[in-house]
Amino acid sequence: MTDTFRDDASRLDVRYVAHLARLHLSDEEAAVFQPQLEQVLGYVRELGALDVEGVEPTAHAFPVQNVFRDDEVRPGLDHEAAMKNAPQERQGQFIVPKIIE
Amino acid sequence: MKYLPTIGLEIHVQLKTRSKIFCGCPNEPGGEPNTHVCPVCLGYPGTLPNVNGEAIRLTVLTGLMIGCRINPYSKFDRKNYFYPDMPKNYQISQYDKPLCLGGSVEIEVEGRKKAVGITRIHLEEDVGKSMHFGSSSGVDFNRAGAPLMEIVTEPDIETPEEAQAFLLALRQILLYGGVSDCNLEQGNLRCDVNCSVRPEGQSELGTKIEIKNMNTFKGVFHALKHELPRQEEVLRSGGAIRQETRRWDDEKGVTEAMRSKEYAHDYRYFPEPDLMPVVLPPETVEQWRATLPELPAKRRDRLVTEYGLPDYDAGVLVADKAVADFFEETARASGNPKAASNWVMTDVLRCLGEKQTELKDAKLTSVSLAGLIRLVDQKVINVPTARELFSELFEKGGDPTELVKTKGLAQVSDTGALEAYADEAIAENPGPVADYRAGKKPALQFLVGQIMKKSRGKANPRMVQELLQRKLGGA
Amino acid sequence: MAGLSNLTLHETADRLARGECTSEDLVRDLVAAIEQRDGKVGAYVWVNVEDALARAREADAARLGGDRRPLLGIPLAVKDVLNVKDQPCACGSRILKGYVSPYDATAIARLREQGAVFLGRTNMDEFAMGSTTENSALGVTRNPWDLARVPGGSSGGSAAAVAAGEALAALGTDTGGSVRQPASFCGCVGLKPSYGRVSRFGLTAYASSLDQIGPMTRDVRDAAMLLQAMAGRDPRDSSSVEIPVPDYSASLRNDLNGMKLGLPREYFIAGTDPEVERAVRAAVEQCRALGAEFVEISLPHTPYAIATYYVVATAEASANLARFDGVRYGARVEGEDPIDMYGKTRAAGFGREVKRRIILGTYVLSSGYYDAYYLRAQKVRTLIRGDFEKAFAGCDAILTPVVPTPAYRIGEKADDPLQMYLGDIFTVTANLAGICGLSVPCGFAGAGLPVGLQILGPAFKEENILRVGYAYEQSTEWHLRKPNLES
Repeated sequence: MTDTFRDDASRLDVRYVAHLARLHLSDEEAAVFQPQLEQVLGYVRELGALDVEGVEPTAHAFPVQNVFRDDEVRPGLDHEAAMKNAPQERQGQFIVPKIIE
Repeated sequence: MKYLPTIGLEIHVQLKTRSKIFCGCPNEPGGEPNTHVCPVCLGYPGTLPNVNGEAIRLTVLTGLMIGCRINPYSKFDRKNYFYPDMPKNYQISQYDKPLCLGGSVEIEVEGRKKAVGITRIHLEEDVGKSMHFGSSSGVDFNRAGAPLMEIVTEPDIETPEEAQAFLLALRQILLYGGVSDCNLEQGNLRCDVNCSVRPEGQSELGTKIEIKNMNTFKGVFHALKHELPRQEEVLRSGGAIRQETRRWDDEKGVTEAMRSKEYAHDYRYFPEPDLMPVVLPPETVEQWRATLPELPAKRRDRLVTEYGLPDYDAGVLVADKAVADFFEETARASGNPKAASNWVMTDVLRCLGEKQTELKDAKLTSVSLAGLIRLVDQKVINVPTARELFSELFEKGGDPTELVKTKGLAQVSDTGALEAYADEAIAENPGPVADYRAGKKPALQFLVGQIMKKSRGKANPRMVQELLQRKLGGA
Repeated sequence: MAGLSNLTLHETADRLARGECTSEDLVRDLVAAIEQRDGKVGAYVWVNVEDALARAREADAARLGGDRRPLLGIPLAVKDVLNVKDQPCACGSRILKGYVSPYDATAIARLREQGAVFLGRTNMDEFAMGSTTENSALGVTRNPWDLARVPGGSSGGSAAAVAAGEALAALGTDTGGSVRQPASFCGCVGLKPSYGRVSRFGLTAYASSLDQIGPMTRDVRDAAMLLQAMAGRDPRDSSSVEIPVPDYSASLRNDLNGMKLGLPREYFIAGTDPEVERAVRAAVEQCRALGAEFVEISLPHTPYAIATYYVVATAEASANLARFDGVRYGARVEGEDPIDMYGKTRAAGFGREVKRRIILGTYVLSSGYYDAYYLRAQKVRTLIRGDFEKAFAGCDAILTPVVPTPAYRIGEKADDPLQMYLGDIFTVTANLAGICGLSVPCGFAGAGLPVGLQILGPAFKEENILRVGYAYEQSTEWHLRKPNLES
């Protein structure tokens, strides 16, 4: 059963999590965020005091099911409009630094 | 020591829908880059996905065809990872509540039948395509948001041959169901392979290697033919397999370790708040079940019993649903299943192969082929004439009866005319006539040939032979 | 200036219909008000005078041709988080610099169909994360009642524009109180509709399961009018619900006879500013005088709401904000490879609060922590919803304060995120439960800082809270007071 809190708030490694989120942090930011977020997590862990045994999780505020769209083609953006916001474009494509596989 | 391979497959199938899975853009991944896109499939701020019901139906249909249980409660989840071809940097997929669970596909390798278990089928969105320039890469999002069905097998596959047989059998089923075009060149079907080897006698599975993104069945086959011995070799030489993702290089014929995208995979799945759960009423599932086509294995058995075809022939015919449909239409319309099967298996398949085309694009119809068969059966034309006509019907189409009339190809079965030809031939060829009468039977064929020539091929050869035998005496 | 910029929407519509003013007059008056005051207030981040004037003239011509649409030629201010075709939508962030939206949000499209004109875009906390509008990369917004104080947030620009007479009405968005709290701080009316009542399509998502678009207006009738135009199922938003939209104006009456109102003991707690509590208590008495019957109720899981909210909201946000990567739109900082480019672009493009919430949200979803944080928060959310279901079985609406305090001084809570989060205690519950909530002015605290009364109603019962809000408002004069910006 993993539905319990771990005691160790310092398990939050701000740099590691920031990397998962593709967010470069300066040393100063990491130093500021680490205690702030630990404090917030410490507060959040108060949820551990509640007995949630057998409680269904809520993913949607209002329960609705089976919302589907008909399989119909609708007009989208023409090519020019699609590229209009592109930071960098070449040969009709969005350009990024070379992707390494 | 002997090593036992364990193989599991993950097959991504592009579904045949008109529009993408979450927006109204056309589901046509080709075309000029970034021409089939909209704010939704480009992941613009504020846009929301909207599930295409047809993608749900096709996935459930696939599940029903291979004996899956349809999950009474299914939902979508976000799979988080960053990649330039992914517009939102999360992929909408299904994590713990896929649409279909369980099921199996039967395969046959070297006469041995075996069922390969299916773990699950889920629905997700495809990503864009990247192209590499010198120092940069370009991304085209036409494919982003194409409906993708992922079929995951149990690790039931034991040889590269079985893997290939499974993929062929699955492809046949998907084509039968009209679920996907299964066009390998266009990447409609892509496959990831998980494989490991373990020493015989060890029950615990070996370390798993994933081989990514192969889009030909041959590629899967050759990659396994290379990868399994490679793993064995590592173990034999006392090494250990490290869990990793490799890529099959078709040109070099080897698998290579991929440079890892990130040092930890943590997809942070969570329920997609923008999409509602799928709770299909049993009546809907039953309605869809009622529309299921007859699957290839069943159809093969039926062709044997219903039309009296040899098992092998039935197998050839059902390999392609369009061909099997064409055969059955021709057989019914002509009333001669044996002839229909001969024509389809030889001439039709040969022409399709030569012309590199498919039945749906050919001019030949089952009605005209049936007409041709009837003309032969009614002895209006002979078989060589029919072959000639077939080529024309295949190329240009048309009504065989009309063609026979306008080209004057009808067989001469009129005894009077034939008698005249026979008398002429006898008179002109005293040598062969004498030979025949002296007991040299082959001489008769020469005389038959002379009469066919005189009739410009239209004489009924069997009638000619009987006529000559009667006139020259003896049998 | 003809003084049109301080009218309500319904007064404006009446004057337009009677031919006492034109849409062009309206736009010109509003532009003059913006020019005169926005240097002090900083409500707007973008105004398009030429386009608004052109559309106002079109509307004036249409009106002469017999067009009687209720919002014809009426200018509105829009929070910078909503997509309006051909307008920027920076969401208070550097990362969307240069982005121009190619489409209308559904709520915008519906207002446009009614003839509305979109004059300008208002400041906000970056990606709607904040309670002061201090987290905007696009400038400072000040509270028109006290320029040393914040307008609240995240829809602070919209609230300030309405309060300062720089907009007749504005749209905001509310994920944890972002419409109601700034409305309370700035002395205007703010409505958060039930989740699923107004389409979210085109609302740049912060927390998808909590976000709603809501009107910020000078009175309750205006809020009803804008909700009427925006509400209803949208095929482009799967979470928008197919429940008929009633005629909200029909629910506006001057009494509360037969209404049963709940007072939750968990919302009247130590720590609430005594003047705020006094104003809310007085509003309760006023409602009683209007004919309402009161019952004491309990919403026992309220103490867990903030924790639940910050887990659910940040988790969703961490995914929602992943799309800002410099590939398809917005700002980019070049890098050696895509990963490097993402890291640098997002480091430069996002402000501190957004970074904090992305990290928090990523963490609570990450391997090994999901069950303990995210899944548990979803379960507590179920308990909070249950509290309201039980409570609404015995009452038609619930009265509470909106915020424990009046507006903060600028900089007062900067870099103390937890203290800032705790200020959301009375508002986040409505978002977690998916119910509707209304903030109406109910008095002043200290040196003239507005205080709001929160009226919560069951999901899809906006008519209940509009009725309570309207009857209360019409029997008081709080909503008629204007800040003095002339000095």
